[in-house]
Amino acid sequence: MKLSRRSFLKLTGTAAAAATLTSLSLQGDKKAEASYQPIRLHYAREVPTICTFCGVGCGILCYVRDGVVVNTEGDPDHPINEGTLCSKGSSIINISYIYDEKGKPKLNPNRLTKPLYRAPGSDRWEEKDWDWMLDTIVQRIKDTRDRSFEEKDANGVTVNRTQAIAWLGSAFCTNEENYLFHKMARAMGVINIDHCARL
Amino acid sequence: MTNHWIDYKNSDVIMNIGGNTAENHPISMKWVERARAERGAKLITVDPRITRTAAVADLHVPIRPGTNIAYLGGLINYILQNELYQKEYVQHYTNATYLINEGFSFDEETGLFSGAQDDAARNAKKYDTSSWQYQRDVEGNILKDPTMQHPNCVLQLMKKFYAKYSLDKVSKVTGCPQETLEESYKLFSSTGQPGKAGNILYAMGITQFTHGAQNVRAIAVVQLLLGNMGIPGGGVNAQRGQSNVQGSTDMAILYHILPGYLGAPRAALHPTLADYNERETPASGWWVNKPKYLVSMLKAFWGNNATRANDFCYDYLPKLDQRDHSHIAMYKYMGEGEIEGMICWADNPAVTGPSAGHKRHYQANLKWLVSVDIFENETASFWKAPGTNPADIQTEVFLLPATCSFERDGTKANSGRWIQWQWKAQDPPGECKSDLQVVYELFKKLQEVYAGGSGAFPDPIVKMKWDYGKDEDESQVDVVKVCLELNGYNTADQSLVTNFVSLQDDGSTACGNWLYSGYYNNLENPACKSRIRETEGIGSNLGWSFAWPLNRRIVYNRCSADPAGKPWNPELQVFWWDEEGKLVKNLDIPDWPGSWSFEEVAQFPFIMLPEGHGRLFAVAGVSDGPLPAHYEPAESPVPNLFYPRATFNPVSQRFYEEHLAETDEDRARYPYIMSTYRVTEHYQSGIVTRNMPWLNELMPELFIEIDEELAAELNIYNGDTVIIESKRLFKNGEQSGIEAKACITKRLKPMVINGQKKHIVGMPFHWGFMGMAKGAITNDLSPSVGDANTTIPEYKAFLCNIKRKGA
Repeated sequence: MKLSRRSFLKLTGTAAAAATLTSLSLQGDKKAEASYQPIRLHYAREVPTICTFCGVGCGILCYVRDGVVVNTEGDPDHPINEGTLCSKGSSIINISYIYDEKGKPKLNPNRLTKPLYRAPGSDRWEEKDWDWMLDTIVQRIKDTRDRSFEEKDANGVTVNRTQAIAWLGSAFCTNEENYLFHKMARAMGVINIDHCARL
Repeated sequence: MTNHWIDYKNSDVIMNIGGNTAENHPISMKWVERARAERGAKLITVDPRITRTAAVADLHVPIRPGTNIAYLGGLINYILQNELYQKEYVQHYTNATYLINEGFSFDEETGLFSGAQDDAARNAKKYDTSSWQYQRDVEGNILKDPTMQHPNCVLQLMKKFYAKYSLDKVSKVTGCPQETLEESYKLFSSTGQPGKAGNILYAMGITQFTHGAQNVRAIAVVQLLLGNMGIPGGGVNAQRGQSNVQGSTDMAILYHILPGYLGAPRAALHPTLADYNERETPASGWWVNKPKYLVSMLKAFWGNNATRANDFCYDYLPKLDQRDHSHIAMYKYMGEGEIEGMICWADNPAVTGPSAGHKRHYQANLKWLVSVDIFENETASFWKAPGTNPADIQTEVFLLPATCSFERDGTKANSGRWIQWQWKAQDPPGECKSDLQVVYELFKKLQEVYAGGSGAFPDPIVKMKWDYGKDEDESQVDVVKVCLELNGYNTADQSLVTNFVSLQDDGSTACGNWLYSGYYNNLENPACKSRIRETEGIGSNLGWSFAWPLNRRIVYNRCSADPAGKPWNPELQVFWWDEEGKLVKNLDIPDWPGSWSFEEVAQFPFIMLPEGHGRLFAVAGVSDGPLPAHYEPAESPVPNLFYPRATFNPVSQRFYEEHLAETDEDRARYPYIMSTYRVTEHYQSGIVTRNMPWLNELMPELFIEIDEELAAELNIYNGDTVIIESKRLFKNGEQSGIEAKACITKRLKPMVINGQKKHIVGMPFHWGFMGMAKGAITNDLSPSVGDANTTIPEYKAFLCNIKRKGA
């Protein structure tokens, strides 16, 4: 059996297509390619995205059917990676979906899907709704900020800051997210700001 | 990066130092290989280990962790002594000809530059830099010697300073054989010939030291001497480890800056906007525009509330005190009870911070902690850490479910500064929300609770411009509205600015981050979404995404040609001028103002610097010396062979000195040098990749690499459980340690340092106590010391002891 790398990735990574593909005879790469290409076009929409891992910025194509990503692969049109991906990039779909023993996809069971709250001294999480969580967080921020806010320092200089809140942003987040993080943190008067760029 | 990934294909010699391209930026390796296949390029890997990159290199140069400046200083000395520098480039484009004040000196006993003072507040040294400055005439013009013979010109000062970095001395310090050193020096300095391109790739193996910034400086000095800056195939190229670490840095998720690298205001220096502008705006160079960028940012922050009459709400920006507020310091304040709340977005410092065990302990001082992530991480669940009793921890924790990359729209900047759009492919599962939606809602709610006027100074919050709701549904954030604010617009009519050249300091423009101006300057076809691939050219791909600044792919690119405009390498020509000096063709965006004449540009190629010339000698910008000097890591098994009365960097940031192994007794107890690193199959703290079954199958558990000789000495076999100890793991007077599987390897070899044999061991740090695959936290071992300029922790060289479990 001889498979091109691209078709091999498709075969191993495409669980939704697996049922169809397992019936294929993979005797020769021509046959596999010929059998595969129409299926791909038939079943899914291509959405380009950028790999979430290192700073190379490889392009990834997501294949979406009925609003669900059913496969991902390197974007052959992307000038940097030209369709190739490393082991992490090739596995990116695992963040959302893993496969059971029969090769059927299921939601990654460790994905957080609900807001969780841990009370002081507790040994467990409790599920809460978003409104309760955000309202409570805002109350905590306000309480801490109000008690710790310094309008002027010892020299009488206007400083408008709180030293009691720390803010960690992320290189995993987009530019637009980080920009709003910065705005919110500075509006609150936070000066303890850092993130993984320093680590 | 000054250049970009694809540009690697234009290099003649590539040096990968303090990075492991094949392992940690795997796909970029194709461009290294393309240069080798198509140009016959050579690859040098400088690394203590035979890494995946070293395994395929033309030359592997093994050096002891923490001796990069010794190695690079040796290269600088080799270039200078053998006159291998690119003379025309050095003379015209760098400050080699500049004269430095007569008072400048360096004490080779103590390793201190002139101007050293005690910094009592932190038990370290600091510098008065007045003696490091340029000599000037009465009119303020800098004095120069074009012949570069004056004893106080930069080139001669460097010759003197680096004379000590001989092959013999560098070999004794680094442990690398002289022949290998010389071979690598000869090969890399061959790029000093005009028309040859040398490229230096680095990563955290350069930065994560108490002298990390000076490591980078040493690379920059080499590249300036060899004429490798601003040319295709050249550059100082930081290979960044996260998909948007360039962007998160540009957006200033760092205490000391505002978006676009504007310094955060400090109470002692910048009480008012006028003070800020006066102190922070140089008299020449591109940064003369800084007031425009700051005022435009303030307009983006506080909208119509920001007026000239109120200094555009400058007072609303919090002012820094004189303390460090970076990671290590922040956690120190947390340990001291000063910080009571933390908001943590997709970060996991309980695994990635230095002395992480202590840090998790300090988190118990928090009253509340918010964590936003896609998986349950160790930071949010620190109360579940092994050996912890949750009942003892009173911290309230809020864990919010986020979306992964292909579940949300937005941009990310890669290492080459390419700002690329990532399209959303599917809705997130369950009740997950994007970080953008969460921060949008959270701040709206904060505005609501402050709206009544109660609470401490509500104005900066309630008056902040925060109008990002979708037109059809105000409860949902519209990412494009954020993009438009980042790009910038005219405040009178909301029309988008083309780029930052239009920004003003009078309130007529608003722009969240001047560097991003131009990335989304129209709604129909914004540059960050552009997907036009180059079919011919030098690899710039100007039609693919948007690179800051102004879509420029190689910064300082005027240096790609000589002062007369002739390209150093005609095969990689970037610009064509006609006989009148008018630019007629370009394969990259010019790095100079369009209004400047041809002659002016040639005389001022480094436009970000007030003097316009590349700094071989740094008169400003670094706190620990104008020239990189070798200092040992904070924890080192050997004395400083260059400067006998110095050991570690005297200006470095030291915390918890009682946790540092610095005495002879300590060195006997922790005899091995530990270096930490990453593997392809996992990502940073591992909380994402340890929840990905395919990757866990490939790289299932934590290991420690041990050389064969040390393994035999300690009776450790492959697969044995090893206990690793450091001075950070003392609990109740007892030494404790962490466990990892032994990986006995030929990739590491004992090194002979000044006649003594030393062993180096290495560990990745991707494991923790949550997720599908679990393991000990390597960073429980690492020390809380940091670089003099950045306070980045010293993860790459510290001392440890190892033993077989049960031995």
